[in-house]
Amino acid sequence: MEVGKYGLLQTFADILKLIQKEYIVPALADKVLFTIAPVIIFVAVYLGFVALPWAPGLVPANMNLGVFYVFAIISIEALGILMAGWGSNNKYSLLGAVRSVAQMVSYEIPIGFVIISAVMISQTLDLQLINYNQGILAKQDILFLGFINVNHVGGFLAWNVFQAPHLLLAYVIYFIASLAECNRAPFDLPEAESELIGGFHTEYTGLRFAFIFLAEYAMMFLVAMLGVTLFLGGWNTPLPNFGSFKLAEYTTGIFWGIFWVMGKCLLVVAVQMWIRWTLPRLRVDQLMTLCWKVLTPIAFACLVISGLWRLLLF
Amino acid sequence: MIKEAFNGLRTAWKGLALTLKHFGGATEAKKVKGIAEANYFEQQNGIATVQYPHQKLPVPEVGRYQLEVVIDDCIVCDLCAKICPVDCIDIESIKATEAIGKTSDGSVKRLYAPKFDIDMAKCMYCGLCTTVCPTECIIMTPQYDKSVTHISDLNYKFATMTEVEAVEKRLEQEKQLAERQAAKLAAMKKMQEDN
Repeated sequence: MEVGKYGLLQTFADILKLIQKEYIVPALADKVLFTIAPVIIFVAVYLGFVALPWAPGLVPANMNLGVFYVFAIISIEALGILMAGWGSNNKYSLLGAVRSVAQMVSYEIPIGFVIISAVMISQTLDLQLINYNQGILAKQDILFLGFINVNHVGGFLAWNVFQAPHLLLAYVIYFIASLAECNRAPFDLPEAESELIGGFHTEYTGLRFAFIFLAEYAMMFLVAMLGVTLFLGGWNTPLPNFGSFKLAEYTTGIFWGIFWVMGKCLLVVAVQMWIRWTLPRLRVDQLMTLCWKVLTPIAFACLVISGLWRLLLF
Repeated sequence: MIKEAFNGLRTAWKGLALTLKHFGGATEAKKVKGIAEANYFEQQNGIATVQYPHQKLPVPEVGRYQLEVVIDDCIVCDLCAKICPVDCIDIESIKATEAIGKTSDGSVKRLYAPKFDIDMAKCMYCGLCTTVCPTECIIMTPQYDKSVTHISDLNYKFATMTEVEAVEKRLEQEKQLAERQAAKLAAMKKMQEDN
């Protein structure tokens, strides 16, 4: 809150400060792993954005395996975290890294199940096609709650969560698991950077630390955007066509697409922050119980319902 | 299990609503009040952060912060250095040939202090030195935010004597000592002769 009006320039001041700082490598650290770990974490997260669509016809890399690609590239981050923790040669860093990785790998299971249940409704792994099929530009029949054809109505009625209502539950699971996936509160126990020592990135300084932290915040946006794309209509407008008011048609387009996807993303990130302000941290056994005994079975049930939905309604 | 999950969601929502209420109410800046004031806990809403360099909480009078020595009032009794649990006070003394003067409370000064160092890096802020000081010349100031660029700057030097003065006083003391020694020897010799 010191630099610029309302502290608007504080981020730039922080970046300048971090760039000027010294790189400190602990004497007994594994120099190679320690040096490349932040790069791997940073690159892995930012590569995920390549496949995410922004608007109709606007996607950095249009690939027919988009969902699979994003899910695979996110998993690389766990490797970078383990390298950082091991390379630091510090027992707290290593413990933090092991716990981070255990948490991320565990929570990938419910996330995987709910992503597949959304993909089963969309019948494609192409993220851009998933987006198209949640609005007025759909290339296949889309049915509100599985019965009413809404191809020409669009709006929020055409979103995946309203096409198949069990995906609403799936999205809640996705949201909870994605909080754990990016080590955010209330699942930030491997790091606990607000009170304790910071887990796997304890030994990092300067720009390397900045890379790790940027990756963590980029990860929040990445999981938010993937969730928005898969469940909440991506770049599609929430406004339906209403009689002669063709609201959905008015608010669909390249700039509208960027606006809607950014708006939805920021809203989801705001909810992530809101939860961070409110909920206390879980214990590690509660964390694992929640993942394996609660989220995984419910996610699996969502998967089964998605399968039956496709079989019985189409 | 369904009941438990429902209860979890209900209580989580309660907390989230509370956060939202405070988020909406965070328009009022923090009012700076000392802990001793009766209505210290009165402000329940608004921003909780004290904007530190611009706003400062008043410190209690009994607080223990930076040490300060009024060297003109010091009688170089060395009590503070003796009581210090961490030996952070280093005092050197030279006996004066006569009374130097008086402190502000009337004690007679008979010692020079060419060296009066307090290493604040070692200090544990117990305040024992301030309680034993007979002339109350070593005190704790209300200054709590202190930063230096080198650790040696934390070794506070309070002595005002220069090195040249110190050498001079030392020589004077040695001379006086020698004179007294000689006088003593002469007196003893005289006593032996008288016997």
